Amino acid sequence: MLAFILRRLLQSVVVMITVGLIAFSMFRFVGDPVNQVVSLDTPREQREQIRKAMGLDDPVPIQFLNYMKRAAQLDFGISYQFRTPVTTLIGERMPATLELAFAAAFLALAVGIPMGVYTALRRHSVLSSFFMTVSLVGVSLPTFLIAILLRYVFSVQLGWLPSFGRGEVVNLGYWTTGLLTLSGLKALILPAITLGLFQMTLIMRLVRAEMLEVLRTDYIRFARARGLRTRSIHFGHALKNTLVPVITITGLQLGSIIAFALITEYVFQWPGMGVLFLGAVQNVDIPIMAAYLMLIAFMFVTINLIVDLLYSVVDPRLRTSMRAAT
Amino acid sequence: MSRPVLSIRDLKVEFVTRRGVLRAIDGVSFDIARGEVLGVVGESGAGKSLTGSAVIGLIDPPGRIAGGEILLNGERIDDLPAAAMREIRGRRIGMVFQDPLTSLNPLYRVGDQITETILAHLDVSAAEARRRAIDLLKEVGIPAAERRIDGYPHEFPGGMRQRVVLALALCAEPDLVIADEPTTALDVSVQAQIIALLRRLCAERGTAVMLITHDMGVIAETADRVAVMYAGRVAEIGPVRAVVKDPLHPYAKGLMGSIPTLEGAADRLVQIPGSMPRLNAIPRGCAFRPRCGSAFARCHIERPEPLRVGEHDVACFLYAQGAPAEPAAAGPGTEARR
Ligand SMILES: Nc1ncnc2c1ncn2[C@@H]1O[C@H](COP(=O)(O)OP(=O)(O)OP(=O)(O)O)[C@@H](O)[C@H]1O
Ligand SMILES: [Mg+2]
Repeated sequence: MLAFILRRLLQSVVVMITVGLIAFSMFRFVGDPVNQVVSLDTPREQREQIRKAMGLDDPVPIQFLNYMKRAAQLDFGISYQFRTPVTTLIGERMPATLELAFAAAFLALAVGIPMGVYTALRRHSVLSSFFMTVSLVGVSLPTFLIAILLRYVFSVQLGWLPSFGRGEVVNLGYWTTGLLTLSGLKALILPAITLGLFQMTLIMRLVRAEMLEVLRTDYIRFARARGLRTRSIHFGHALKNTLVPVITITGLQLGSIIAFALITEYVFQWPGMGVLFLGAVQNVDIPIMAAYLMLIAFMFVTINLIVDLLYSVVDPRLRTSMRAAT
Repeated sequence: MSRPVLSIRDLKVEFVTRRGVLRAIDGVSFDIARGEVLGVVGESGAGKSLTGSAVIGLIDPPGRIAGGEILLNGERIDDLPAAAMREIRGRRIGMVFQDPLTSLNPLYRVGDQITETILAHLDVSAAEARRRAIDLLKEVGIPAAERRIDGYPHEFPGGMRQRVVLALALCAEPDLVIADEPTTALDVSVQAQIIALLRRLCAERGTAVMLITHDMGVIAETADRVAVMYAGRVAEIGPVRAVVKDPLHPYAKGLMGSIPTLEGAADRLVQIPGSMPRLNAIPRGCAFRPRCGSAFARCHIERPEPLRVGEHDVACFLYAQGAPAEPAAAGPGTEARR
């Protein structure tokens, strides 16, 4: 098991170095980085000074090494736009994005799994067909359209929920949270639904398909023949067997929720990393773009690692094969 | 004689399909006494498994029991509400399926699957259930049962898993065990052990057994009586010695003719020509008639009902009054053997 984790960690490091290479080369593609920090009338010798100070005279591999070294210490340089360390900028906005992403993922699981189970167990009920239809809408409507619809109904027409912003936040040192105030929670609802709706329908359909598959297996038939209660067959034996694929998809989706939160953030003016990134793209603020890229990659890698470990918690067969493989 | 543990009377099972109603079981009747092993044989699709499913109440839509009665210790169980039937399953009727590799839930410890079954049926504490589970595992011949009870199914080889399945089927001391081809999926070397174990456990407890199998050797060794099924009906039923050695129904003759024996090895290994009709094309009259070498006029028109002939009950007009002479010499099996 330990060897397995170590091997996966090594793979993760390789992935991160590759992504780092891509992030690093972004600096070089967009012209001379010195131009980004100086104004047009900066004298030549001052430019050279800056070039030296930025380490741009070193051979490229050394530059890359230095960049990765600094990145490992969470130093991604200074933003061209804000003249502030990128780490500070991202650190300020990350809590907003992560709270939004986890709220969306939680919503997707908490609603998607029960709906999936229900539609599998009561395949022919009216409610099931209703859920299936709704899920089709969820899959096919683009995010921004859902956002606009939700805002129109719940903010503009009904006036129940705020249409933008994060509400009042509480500062907990390194983390600002909107989860502790009423206005923060209210502000979270619409963006979380917008972001989570697609994942929710995905999880619902996945759970439904897996559940139907599992209900046909011999061990479920044998469980029935043993006279177990229907509830423990459905929610114990069957549901547990659907969890492995659900964990995979949820893990992968969590990564993309964080990565693609930017549309939702943009529409709801959510002060998260996505908005920061969009601004950086508009202003060719490479340090922010590069750092964002590496951060997202890091999250994907971490989530994948957690997913692999969760598998072995759920499925004893994988525990054995992991032991055997190492 | 005391009341039979299982009594099936004129059972009919149908499937409602788009193209109409298909009758898969059409008037099956038999009894199994306490401690008795009834072997059930017949070609694939004859309705053996379906009969077992009907008894344990696990026929899923679009299938349904369309007629007849199933009595367990004299009480009707085919019309019970779902909750009452659930209490009978596992408690009074145990079931063993064909494939031990897929019968156990891969994500649950073997011991947990046994204790949950015990706790579902018997009023005992969790600790007592676990103690019983260990005893049972020992009894079915799992070495180091105290340790292996916490193992997962994939840690047991196939034969061991079927032993666990047997333990599961017997853990609430049922009156009847339905074993549906319990060794077909197993290695030949362990088949005999599993059958012997089943036989011993049930004999000790006085459990009645409905043993479905394709293996006539198993029937000859294990069963007390044997029922030969064909196209959803019982063609012949009787004590195993009589039916195997001296079958009466032309189909049973063909089937028994296909058992390899030491004396006449190769030339007795015959197949009955033709194949069983599909459910939507069962002929009028006797269902076996198109394949029967001894069919006569009456077989085309009427369906034969079981007749008592010696120790046999046989559904064939050859043994009814007015049949052509010398029925015993005829039949496809005999012909094929020449
Ligand atoms: N769900 C179903 N829908 C329609 N027909 C079915 C269904 N299940 C079983 N049947 C039919 O019922 C008949 C009896 O099937 P059964 O499984 O009892 O056969 P069997 O004697 O156990 O055969 P085998 O030796 O292959 O196990 C078959 O003709 C089969 O086609
Ligand atoms: Mg079968």
